[in-house]
Formats: sequence, C-alpha cells, structure tokens
Amino acid sequence: MSTDMNVVHELASREYEWGFVTDIEEDRIPKGLSEDVIRMISAKKHEPEFMLEWRLKAYRHWASLEKSGAEPKWANVKFPPIDYQDIAYYSAPKQKKQLNSLEELDPEILRTYEKLGIPLAEQKLLANVAVDAVFDSVSVATTFKAKLAEAGVIFCSFSEAVKNHPELVKKYLGSVVPHTDNFYAALNAAVFSDGSFVYVPKGVRCPMELSTYFRINAAETGQFERTLIVADEGAYVSYLEGCTAPVRDENQLHAAVVELVALDNAQIRYSTVQNWYPGDKNGKGGIYNFVTKRGKCAGRNSKISWTQVETGSAITWKYPSCILQGDNSVGEFYSVALTNNWQQADTGTKMIHLGKNTRSTIVSKGISAGHGQNTYRGQVKILKGAQGARNYTQCDSLLIGDKCGAHTFPYIEVKNSSARMEHEAATSKIGEDQLFYLQQRGLKTEDAVSMIVNGFCKQVFRELPMEFAVEAQKLLSVSLEGSVG
Amino acid sequence: MSLLEIKNLHVTVGGQEILKGIDLTVNAGEVHSIMGPNGSGKSTLAQVLARRDAYTVTEGSITLDGKDLLAMKPEEAACEGVFLAFQYPVEIPGIGNTYFLRSALNAQRKHRGLDEMDAMDFLPLFREKLRLLEMDDKLMNRSLNEGFSGGEKKRNEILQMAVLEPRLAILDETDSGLDIDALRIVANGVNSLRSPDRAMVVVTHYQRLLNYIVPDFVHVLVDGRIVLSGGKELALELEEKGYAWTEAETVGVRA
Repeated sequence: MSTDMNVVHELASREYEWGFVTDIEEDRIPKGLSEDVIRMISAKKHEPEFMLEWRLKAYRHWASLEKSGAEPKWANVKFPPIDYQDIAYYSAPKQKKQLNSLEELDPEILRTYEKLGIPLAEQKLLANVAVDAVFDSVSVATTFKAKLAEAGVIFCSFSEAVKNHPELVKKYLGSVVPHTDNFYAALNAAVFSDGSFVYVPKGVRCPMELSTYFRINAAETGQFERTLIVADEGAYVSYLEGCTAPVRDENQLHAAVVELVALDNAQIRYSTVQNWYPGDKNGKGGIYNFVTKRGKCAGRNSKISWTQVETGSAITWKYPSCILQGDNSVGEFYSVALTNNWQQADTGTKMIHLGKNTRSTIVSKGISAGHGQNTYRGQVKILKGAQGARNYTQCDSLLIGDKCGAHTFPYIEVKNSSARMEHEAATSKIGEDQLFYLQQRGLKTEDAVSMIVNGFCKQVFRELPMEFAVEAQKLLSVSLEGSVG
Repeated sequence: MSLLEIKNLHVTVGGQEILKGIDLTVNAGEVHSIMGPNGSGKSTLAQVLARRDAYTVTEGSITLDGKDLLAMKPEEAACEGVFLAFQYPVEIPGIGNTYFLRSALNAQRKHRGLDEMDAMDFLPLFREKLRLLEMDDKLMNRSLNEGFSGGEKKRNEILQMAVLEPRLAILDETDSGLDIDALRIVANGVNSLRSPDRAMVVVTHYQRLLNYIVPDFVHVLVDGRIVLSGGKELALELEEKGYAWTEAETVGVRA
C-alpha cells in the first residue's frame, strides 16, 4: 500500500477529539424501568394527567414488545443486547461547572471550536462560561424570544409546551409517530425527558432559523428527547437541530422522536448535523443513536424537507420520513452519513405517497472509512390513491480504504400505475489516482481527501442553510482530518 | 546548476525493473522530448518525476535546482514547481474547476511565502488563461474534468499549467486523444509558456506533437534506457524508420 493510502488510513482512524468530561451534578432516579419510574418522571416534571396516561400507555406497549423480543433486528448493524433495566431514565438538566472565561477551557477544545468556526459567543455558551453583558446569552435568547412572540411563533421546551399549550400538545403529540410505532418510539414516548416544541401559526413565515442553540434551557436535553413541530396553514419554518460542537454523553442509548406536521401550503425544513461520540478507534463506547423522525404533509401543497449530516454515533438507526397525505405535497430527504473506524449506520428514509400528484426526492450520500459500515435503507410507497405520484431517488456511496463497506437496500412498492419512479445509485472509491492528481497540483493529502469528500456531498450541503452548510463542511473535514490544531 | 538532473535512475514497479539507469540533464529554457515505443518506461519516468510513490527507486538520484527531488512528497514537488500534465486526467465530482485551481495555486503560493490570492484577483488571471486555451467560460462553473471530452480534459491540463506557472512541466502523452484542431490549440498554449526560466519534458509516442511543440532535444527510450539522444531531427528520423531502427542502432553501438 502506498504512503498516500496510509495517510488516508491514519485519517480514517483518527480519535474523537471532543471527548472531554465535565463535572456533572445530576438529579437522578435509580436505574431501571417500571410503571413506578414512569409515574416518577411525570411527577418530577409536574405533568398533567393526560401526559401521564399517554406515557403509561406507551410504557405498557413497549413492555409487551420487550417481553416478546420485538426489538427490531432487521437493521444491518451489530451490537450486544441492551439491558433496559440497566439504564437510568431520568436525569435532570445537568449543571456544568461554570468557568469564568474561555481561558480556563482546555486549549485543545478551543482549537476545535475555532476549526469548526463556532462564533465566540456560542463557544462560551457551549463551554458554559459566564458570559459578559455584550454576549449575554440570556438576553440574546430573550431578544429572539421577543421577536418570535411578536410573530406569534411558539418555540419552547417540550415541558413548557405541556404546561402552557396543553391543547396543542394534546392535538399533535403522537399524531405522526404514535407510541405504537416501533420499539424505540414506544420507549421514547414512555420516558422522554424533554425536547423542543414549535408552533408556527397560520400564514406566518418564521422570521429566523430556529435552533436549539438559542434555547438554553433545553441545551442539555437528555438521551430521550422529543421534538414536535407544527406549521399551520401557509406557515414556513426552518429548524436546525444539533450542533457541530463537542457533545459527549456518558450514556449509550439515545432514542429520540421527532414529529413534524405541515398543514395546507405549509413548509418545514428540518436540518440536522449529528456529531455524537462515535466510540474510540477500536469500536469501544459510543452512542447508539436510534431515532424515529417523521413528518406528515397533512395539507395540500405542503412540503417537508429533511437534511441530515450524520458523522457521529457508534450506531445510527434513523429514517427521517414523509407521509405525503395532502394532494400536491412534497417530501425531500437529503443525507450525508459518514462512518469511520467501527461506526455503523443504517439510515435512509420512507416516502409514503397517499395524496394525488405527490412528489418526493431522495438524495443519499454514504461515506465509509476505516472499518465503517454504511447502509442506505429506503422505502418508497405509492398507494392506490396517489394518482400522478413521482419519486426520484439517488443513493451514492464513497469508500475510503479497503476495510469499510457500503450497502444499499431500496424498497419500492407501487400500487398506482400512473406513478413515475427514478432510481440512481453509484459506488465509488477515493482512488489513489484522484488523490495523486490533487497532490500533484500542490494540495496536501488531508486537504485532498476533504476536498474529494466535500465534493461528493455537495448536492446535500446545498440544501442546508448557509451557515450550517459551512459548519457541516468543516465538520466533515475535521472528522476525516483528525488532528486538531 | 541544471534545473533537472537525473543520474543512473533505476525504478521498479511491483518488483519488476522498468527504468534501468536513466541519465538526463535538463536546463532551464529547454524543451526535451522523450520518445519511445509502448512499454519503454516513458510514463514511469513522468510519474517518478511527479513523485508518485507506487514506483520504487532502487538506485540513482534526481535533483531539482540542486534539491533532492526523491525526498519530496508529490505536493512538495508540485510546490517546488514540478507540474505533470496527466495522460489520463481524473474526474472529481463536486469540486468546481475554479475553486480547485485557486486552492492549488494558493497552496503553492503559501509554500513560496506569497499571499493567498482571493477570488477577485484570481478570476481575471483565470479568464485570461481560458482565452489562451480557447476554452469556454462555462467550464469555470463545472466540476473538475467531470463530463469533459478527452480534448477538453487535455486542454484543462494545460490551462492548469498556465495558471500554476511551473518551473518544470512534464507533458505525458498530451497529444493522445486530440484531434488536429485541439492539438494546435494545446500546442499554442504550451508554446506560449516556453520561457527561459522554465523547462519542459514532453513525453510522446508519436512525432506528430513535435511538429507543433518543437523540442531542443530528443531522447529515445527503449526498454528502460535512453538509447539515442539528438536534436529535433531525430524525431523525424524515428518517424521514418520506426523504433526498431533504434534498437538495431543500439545493438550496433554495443557490438
């Protein structure tokens, strides 16, 4: 093997640079799961009766699934059995040790922030530095809140929504991902700790990109968060989830649920950059990211777009999907999934066409490096009433090195003969030829690799909001480059 | 000091010896042509000069401006002014031509202690070179070599060379796959880059290209050795008599 490819292998086997540990004080309940635990969670959160009932229903369903061994096994991933009684299901928002200035922070972490281009104010926030008057995070958040309130947009933590907007929560909670949906969704419904809630009223175009970053009180949501976004008739909202910053969670299982509802003529853009701890280079540790994300285009001419950049987690099991119920509704899925070292990803989407003239687009880019295994799994279903439905699917894989794998499982089910389907797939390898070509023009191996990878992902990055795209691109480069600073 | 000095170069690929003792001196301002039959080691020589490491140098030395070229990585050699116009330029999707070339130029400028060039300064330079190669402005927005015809790829190589302004340009079978018009355009581009500070090594199988890019010296490479060297008229003689003739000559010389 040439030295170039050795460099690639070194890059591919880089270690997680963001695995720093902070002192955490927690309010925890003992490990294990039972009806009592569910009641305790609900009580700790001072929830109304309907929430407790909903949680209990979900718990009972989950318990029956668990008893019958119905944990999903079909995904192309391998992991030892999870002991669900060995997990603590509630820990109150963590209090990080407060620092007086960024100078107290590990310079390595600072360099990572700088490399990722995270603004100073945000760096402070992430590091939990007491912020000065100019960058007062609370006032920043307050300013945004005021602006949102003026527009009538509700953007708050799920707990707050349960308290302040129970009628909306009651109406939409579980309406897209019911508690019976799947094993992990049931678990989430039973124990979810917190999450985000967004409601954009009729005809309102949300005046800014919504990001969890601005909502400090939910910045430390636990491993079972739940997000619900409703765009009422004619509304528009763009939501950014996650952050390219270091997040290390000592717990292993992360089972979140996201529900989106778009009514007539409404549009929701949901962008994710996921960078959970992927485990070390021997495949030890890391997050199991088992997430259920689904949007319902309930109204006519509605549109839901999922864009995700998945670079973290030991195992990713995630299929952001669209139910295209309203006539002329549109679903989109743009995805970049990177698996490195021993990471495994089984990810893709489902596009369920119910309404007439519904359209869906799927663009999936899988990158495998090290011993990473990357699976695209997608389902396109055209039901009987979906006259004139169209789908375009493209799934491409890029292999770096010769120990990784790429797999593609497209499922297509068409029950209406007027449907039009297109499917394209390609697998390529970063070849020595490509690398050498770029190096011969003066580019370093690391820069050459990241240039090739970013080129491969361009179609997806184009769909991300501008700032996020820049961050995602940097993250991808850093993920492959390894060495920080 | 000579710009390029190759001494007793032996190179193996996968254990098999391809170059069996090459000596070659190239001075700034000169254009040398390396000719030879298929499999004689022409492309190997070009790739070794560009520091491709699939090749193992078992003996000999190469210096560039007196510096040890064999100690350099490909990107270092590039930054020191070695440019290879590839026989088969690769396609890389999603990387814009302009962005790529500016990144490459800036990597090299940085190496030389110069300021990086921003997009505003770069564009006029790029446009000028596009005109030199009679290339369409639209190519600026396309991905690197993606969907380019064979001729466009070769022109793009010379375009890059024109922007990067190397000290030593190696053209590996640049004429292959070019029709006569494209050949003329490429040759014009190359000729306009001839300069007293720059040397070129033109690797070709056919004499045709040398009608357009007239070399100062012609070397004939057969079975890993330079068996004949001469002026530009040697190329014509070769065209007439074929490579078998040189082998006969060599045998004659040895005998």
